Amino acid sequence: MERDRATDIIVSVLSGIAPEIDPGTVDPSGELQFEFDLDSMDFLNLVEGVGKAAGIEVPERDYAAIATLDGFAQYLVAHAG
Amino acid sequence: MPWPTIRKPPHPAVRPNVTDYDEARRRFTWEAARAELDGLPGGAGLNIAHEAVDRWADGPGADKVALRCLGRAGGRHDLSYGELKEATDRFAAALTSLGVRHPDAVFLLLPRRPELYVAALGAMKARCPVSPLFPAFGPEPVRQRMALGAGRALVTTEALYRRKVAPVRDQLPDLAHVLLVDGSGAALSDDGVHALDDLLASAPAWPGIAPTDPEDVALLHFTSGTTGTPKGALHVHEAVVAHHSTGRIALDLHPDDVYWCTADPGWVTGMSYGVIAPLVNGVTSIVDEGEFDADRWYRTLEDEGVTVWYTAPTAIRMLMRAGGEMAAAHDLSRLRFVASVGEPLNPEAVVWGQEALGLPIHDNWWQTETGGIMIANLACADVKPGSMGRPLPGIEAAIVARDPDDDGAPLVRDGQAVLVDDPSVEGHLALRPGWPSMFRGYLHEPERYQRCFAGGWYVSGDLARRDADGYLWFVGRADDVIKSAGHLIGPFEVESALMEHPLVAEVGVIGMPDPVAGEVVKAFVALTPGAEPSEELNRELIGFARARLGPAVAPKSIQFDDDLPHTRSGKIMRRLLKARELGLPLGDTSTLEAAP
Repeated sequence: MERDRATDIIVSVLSGIAPEIDPGTVDPSGELQFEFDLDSMDFLNLVEGVGKAAGIEVPERDYAAIATLDGFAQYLVAHAG
Repeated sequence: MPWPTIRKPPHPAVRPNVTDYDEARRRFTWEAARAELDGLPGGAGLNIAHEAVDRWADGPGADKVALRCLGRAGGRHDLSYGELKEATDRFAAALTSLGVRHPDAVFLLLPRRPELYVAALGAMKARCPVSPLFPAFGPEPVRQRMALGAGRALVTTEALYRRKVAPVRDQLPDLAHVLLVDGSGAALSDDGVHALDDLLASAPAWPGIAPTDPEDVALLHFTSGTTGTPKGALHVHEAVVAHHSTGRIALDLHPDDVYWCTADPGWVTGMSYGVIAPLVNGVTSIVDEGEFDADRWYRTLEDEGVTVWYTAPTAIRMLMRAGGEMAAAHDLSRLRFVASVGEPLNPEAVVWGQEALGLPIHDNWWQTETGGIMIANLACADVKPGSMGRPLPGIEAAIVARDPDDDGAPLVRDGQAVLVDDPSVEGHLALRPGWPSMFRGYLHEPERYQRCFAGGWYVSGDLARRDADGYLWFVGRADDVIKSAGHLIGPFEVESALMEHPLVAEVGVIGMPDPVAGEVVKAFVALTPGAEPSEELNRELIGFARARLGPAVAPKSIQFDDDLPHTRSGKIMRRLLKARELGLPLGDTSTLEAAP
C-alpha cells in the first residue's frame, strides 16, 4: 500500500472517532492517544476500523508499532496489500 | 447453567492474611484495625500521608522501594520510602509557602508519574483536601469539578493546562495557583502559573505534619448521579484505617509483595488502592504511565515480578481478546493473587484467568462513596464465578426489599428497612453505616447525602441478590447511571453538553451493552425543527461533545431520533429508551439495567 493511501485511511477512521481534532494540527510522530485524545476504547475502535478498511488484522502484539500516525501508516505500508 | 465453584488449594505457597472467613468476621473490630496504625507522633491525630510514607521512612524501611515508576516511552524510576518522604515534605512546604493551607482544596490533573503521588501525599501533609481529576476529562468536567470544589491550587502538566484548563480558567475564580510539573514554557506567563521545580527549590524547611483531626477531609472524589451536577464525595483521614485493613484482607498484601494497581488515580480506585493502600501496607508499588497495551502489560507483570495485581474487567476482557498465547509467552509465575473491580466481572473472565494466568480473578465490589473495598472474593475462599464475593470483616451488607408501590425504592417500615432473606429475590445492595472510609457527605449537598440512607442503611444504588452461602451477585443499577470501562458516567452530564449545540432540541443518553467496556455511552438526539440529520452533523455532534467532555465521558455514538419516549410531565424516559433499543419488553422496566 502507498504511504499516502495508508495515511488517508487512518485519518478517515479518526475523523469518525475524534472529529473535533484537525489532523493537520497534530504531531504525526506523537502518540495517537494523546494527539487525538483517545481513550482505550477509542483506540480499539481505531485499530478495528483501519484494519477493516485496509483489509488486514492488526494483532495486539503490534500495537506498540502503531502508536503514532507515522508508525501506523508505516505499518500499513509494510503489511497491507 | 451455573458455573462451577473454583476451590482453593488447602496449602497455598503464601499463607493468606485471612485463612478462615467466618472466624475473621467474628474477631474483627475497627478499633483493633485502627491500633495497627501509628497515628501522628505525640497523639496528634491521624494523617494518611504519615501512615503511608513517614512511618516507614522514619524506620528500617526507609530504603525500600515505595514506587517503581515506568515511563510511557520506557525507562524506570524508583522512589524509596525515604525519598518519598523528602519529596512530599518539600511539596507540602512549597504549597504552604504559596499560602495554600488547610482547608484549601488542591486539585490534581496529572499523568501517572511520580509527581502525581508526591503531590497527592504532599498536599495531605499540608492538610489540604486532595481532589484528583482524570486526564481524559475534557475542559467541561474539569471546570465543573474545580468550580464545585473551589480548588485553590491545581497541579498539572503544561500540555494538560493548555488543553483542559486555560480555556475555562476565567470561570475558576478560586483557582489562585497552577503548579506545572514540567513548566518551563509559555504557560508560565499566565497569572498564578508556577514551575513546580522552582517552588520546590526555594521551599523552606518542612516543620512536620500539623495535628490532624481524623475527621478532617482528606479527599474529594467526584462521582456521577442520574441528575444534576457531579457529586463531591468527602472522605476523611480516618479512611486510612480501611485502606490499610482492606489492603491486607481483600488484596492479601504482604510486606514483600510487588503490587500493581492499574487504575488511574483520577478515579477512586487509583487513589485508594493505587496510592494509599499499598504504601500504608509498606509494599512496593508499580506505577505505569503508559496506557493499556496487552503486550506491555504482560511484560510489566513478568519483568517487574508482580505478585499482586488489581485491575479492571475491561482490561481483562481486552487481554482475553489478545488471546491466551500472549499470556503463555510470558513467565507470570511470581503472580499469586489477581483482583478486579469497576463493573461486574463476567464468569467467563474469572475462568479465563485460571486458564491463562493460572489464577482465578477475584472480583470485588465497592464505590466512590464507600471509599474502600466492601465485598470481595478472598484469597482463602472459594470463588463463585460471576459473584462479587462476601462482605469483608467489619462490613455488614444486606439486601433491602424494593417497594412495589414506590417504583422499587427501598422499602422502609416503622423506620426500619425491610430486608430480603430469599436468595432468589433481588433488592437494593445496602451497607450498615459506620466503617472508617464511609463518605462523610456530598460537598454542599446535605440533602442529597441524606437521601443515600434509608431505614438505618446506606443504600448503594446497585441492585443485587444474596445466595444461600452469603455470596452477593450484582443484578443492575437502580438508576440510570452508566458504567463504562469501570467508570460511572452521569447521563445528565452528557445530555447537558449536547443540549448546548444550537441544532439539538432534545437528548436522551443511555449505556449500551458492550462486550469489552460493559457499557458504552450512546446519545439519542432530536434535532430542532428544520435541521436535517446527516453524517456530517452526526460527526459534528460527537466532536462537539468530545471537545467539552473528553473521551472518558463523551458518547461513542449518536443516533438521530425524533420520537424519544417521555413521561407525562415531558421528561425523557431513559429506561424506556433503553428497553426499546435492546428489544426488551416495555412494560417490565425493573430489570432493564441487568448486565449483558
